[in-house]
Amino acid sequence: MLRNRRIESHPILHFQRGKEVTIFFEGTPIKAFEGESLAAALYASGIDVFRWTPKLGRPRGPFCMVGKCGSCMVEVNGVAVRSCITPVREGMNIRRLRGLPTLPKNLDRMIEKENSDNPFEEVKTDVLIVGGGPAGMAASEVLASNGMNVFLVDDQIRLGGQLIKQTHIFFGSQELFAGKRGFRIAEEYEAKLRSLKNLHILLQTTAIGVFKEGVLLLNKGKGLIIKPKYVVLSAGAFENYLLFENNDLPGVMGAGGAQTLMNLYGVLPGREVVVVGSGNVGLIITYQLLQAGAKVKAIVEAAPRIGGWFVHAAKVRRYGVPILLRHTVIAAEGKDRVRAAIISEVDERWEPVKGTEKRIECDTILLAVGLTPNTELVRQFGVKTVYVPELGGLVPVRNKYLETNIPNVFVAGDVAGVEEATTAFIEGWIAAYSILIKEKGPQSQYVKKRNEYIRMLDEYRSSPVSARVRSGLRHVEVGGS
Amino acid sequence: MDNPDASTDSEVKVTGVLNPDKLKELGYIPSKQRLLKGPVAIFECVEPIPCNVCVFSCPFKAVVMDKITDMPKVDFNKCTGCGLCVAQCPGQAIFIVDYSPKGETGVLTLQYDLTQPPDKGEEVILLDRKGEELGKGRVLKVYKHKRSEAFVVTIEVSKEFLMNARAIKVRR
Ligand code: SF4
Ligand code: SF4
Ligand code: FES
Repeated sequence: MLRNRRIESHPILHFQRGKEVTIFFEGTPIKAFEGESLAAALYASGIDVFRWTPKLGRPRGPFCMVGKCGSCMVEVNGVAVRSCITPVREGMNIRRLRGLPTLPKNLDRMIEKENSDNPFEEVKTDVLIVGGGPAGMAASEVLASNGMNVFLVDDQIRLGGQLIKQTHIFFGSQELFAGKRGFRIAEEYEAKLRSLKNLHILLQTTAIGVFKEGVLLLNKGKGLIIKPKYVVLSAGAFENYLLFENNDLPGVMGAGGAQTLMNLYGVLPGREVVVVGSGNVGLIITYQLLQAGAKVKAIVEAAPRIGGWFVHAAKVRRYGVPILLRHTVIAAEGKDRVRAAIISEVDERWEPVKGTEKRIECDTILLAVGLTPNTELVRQFGVKTVYVPELGGLVPVRNKYLETNIPNVFVAGDVAGVEEATTAFIEGWIAAYSILIKEKGPQSQYVKKRNEYIRMLDEYRSSPVSARVRSGLRHVEVGGS
Repeated sequence: MDNPDASTDSEVKVTGVLNPDKLKELGYIPSKQRLLKGPVAIFECVEPIPCNVCVFSCPFKAVVMDKITDMPKVDFNKCTGCGLCVAQCPGQAIFIVDYSPKGETGVLTLQYDLTQPPDKGEEVILLDRKGEELGKGRVLKVYKHKRSEAFVVTIEVSKEFLMNARAIKVRR
């Protein structure tokens, strides 16, 4: 059944939708707007099932909304695409994907090109920055405004990473961005970046891998080899799954995916929601759902205490959202879409306790159960990584200037250990000043700035709420000159 | 799995609900005389998080912190109850209470950030820290703060609710 899931009134966001276009979903015309992703447009029209899996024929719908999970694959004019990173175009013909996708018809031409002698354009630059979230934007700004030639690449349709989806007011230091909404910070910073002449921003561009010749980028299907002198890796983190029965059912979504739908495209992820995880991400998404007019039936948390900050918890408790500690989701119910969540208590060993199951009717289960640093490219560069659970998983070893064991390769932001936007910005600045110091010598203005940011970062992390991050960092920070 | 931190209050991290006794203990409740004198800010920020927005948003220097991770310290003699901090607090943790009007009703000011804001003169439902309905209040003033883009709503409420009403429900 088609119904409208677009948010028409929101306290803070005013969705400026692009020109109206018509697309066809299995023959049925659907209204969409230029500038939105195909997944958002389909979801907005009430479509839950995007594909069926090859072996078991299980229904799937969008989960991550950032091109990472593949569960949103559909066929557009006969070619399988990830609908969440495909912009809508007038007249697109969309079909649900059944089984495995077929190879694109022009594949032989693509391969031919790869085998020819000089297949890709090669570009030399001072700095390549991979990932345009807070850390990447911060580093780009400092480097490009100090005379460096910079390429900033990001695989999404828009710059800003997680920041563009944040409607809440930021914490932190008023000297930086606190007191403003996340998406505003992203807008203002992007405007600043767009005015920098020697900064080249490539969106919808994936860094495929590291080769002798340089770093291979794929920009909307076109290859490009970048040969940078310095690299800043700031590709962020991806969302964790949780194991439970039917966790692949449409309506089970990552918190970040839901934020993309809701706050970027103005599409309500669900009307009645169960949120799993009471860290800041879970508490914040709950509040954002209330802002968008959804009902949050419960926040379910396996630990015996709330994971996020008290102020975030208090905000949602005041609107009557229960936080169920020592509980977990053990199953999702529903055929083509979540109809209920089955939750149960857990014991000290985090095992579900038999006989304590409860059924909560809902149409959406959002997972906010942590993030894992996206270190694929980091490892391709040969950077040493270690497993540090406090920082989200495998993280790169580096010094306090954020340089890794591979000279001139820097890391910043969540890829270096999951924290938050403010610390990502500061790390971006530290990495940028470190590059300037390497390139131009230890000029006092650069050294002063870098020390200032290092001090600021230490102060931020000195809070008891950052105890885990502090203990994690002890395993990855080495040396420092 | 988490290492519960000794300096983080444990009860609020279990319930998500602050007990007003805790506020008294932390020195966040002004004296009776001060309360009767006129509007004053009540800070419900009881965890040392990295945030200092209130320090910078107060034009009267009534809020101080040595480091960004300290909890705010409020000088109730300097605080005029102007409400500028309410508009910008990302934690929605600041409330202005005014017991000075004669009679049964006082005035409460809080931040509002959900759906469309109420209109002046509108009746709203008062919610406590658990989201339970306490009663009703009438909106005296609504404005939107420029930097934070949040609404600040001032409501006439029964004095018995001033320390417990912490959110409003707009009936539409
Ligand atoms: S109410 Fe006004 S005077 Fe009092 S702390 Fe807030 S900003 Fe300062
Ligand atoms: S601005 Fe709000 S959340 Fe931040 S320290 Fe002050 S009272 Fe706490
Ligand atoms: S790849 Fe599109 S939802 Fe994950």
